[in-house]
Amino acid sequence: MNEYVGLGIITVGLLFDLFGCIGLVRLPDVYTRLQAATKCVTLGTCMVLAGVFVFVGFNPTGVKALVCMAFVLATSPTAAHAIARGAYRSGVRMKEPVVVDRYKSAVPAPTPHPGVVVGEDQGDEEPVAAESARKGS
Amino acid sequence: MDIGNFTWAAMALLLAGGYMCLYRIGKGPTAPDRTVAIDILGVILVGFCAMLSLLTGKDFYMSIAIAWALLSFIGTIALAKYLEGMGLDE
Repeated sequence: MNEYVGLGIITVGLLFDLFGCIGLVRLPDVYTRLQAATKCVTLGTCMVLAGVFVFVGFNPTGVKALVCMAFVLATSPTAAHAIARGAYRSGVRMKEPVVVDRYKSAVPAPTPHPGVVVGEDQGDEEPVAAESARKGS
Repeated sequence: MDIGNFTWAAMALLLAGGYMCLYRIGKGPTAPDRTVAIDILGVILVGFCAMLSLLTGKDFYMSIAIAWALLSFIGTIALAKYLEGMGLDE
């Protein structure tokens, strides 16, 4: 019985992982990608590890799965918060239209990356545009 | 019970997710995009190690998963601090 419950939990966790990665590919700018990917993949991996624990029970593999689940739950949101803060402070802007941006009043005005048009998904053209702008000025 | 086929399918799904992360690492227009993708790739590989542990029945794969989670976290924090333009002690 425990085996089937564990396999069910692992399956749901795998689906969360897959949807998080699809969000990482499909969404338009850094913050939305961060939100989709981090939340879905953290929950998905924690469910996979919980399923391993339910599947194998109390032996070294299961207890290590529990410890690893605690680590992932503690570290992944922290890393996501650090990335979001670093991205905002390094000048990456949200994709227009922006509804609300309350962090703007809390940080000194960051200098935008030269030549980076945020939300524009065509990464190939930007270095050329940046170089021509620099040559023009 | 035999779970070989299940774990192989699970590892295929996780590898598909990992390839999506690699796509974002290669394509992503800004540096934070790549940092997010590296972070997510680390968490995906933790799940992959758990599946390997189920498939083989060996417990040291879970030790690898723990070490990988911690090292991936440290690397992501270092990259985020670098993006922010700060040292690691600020």
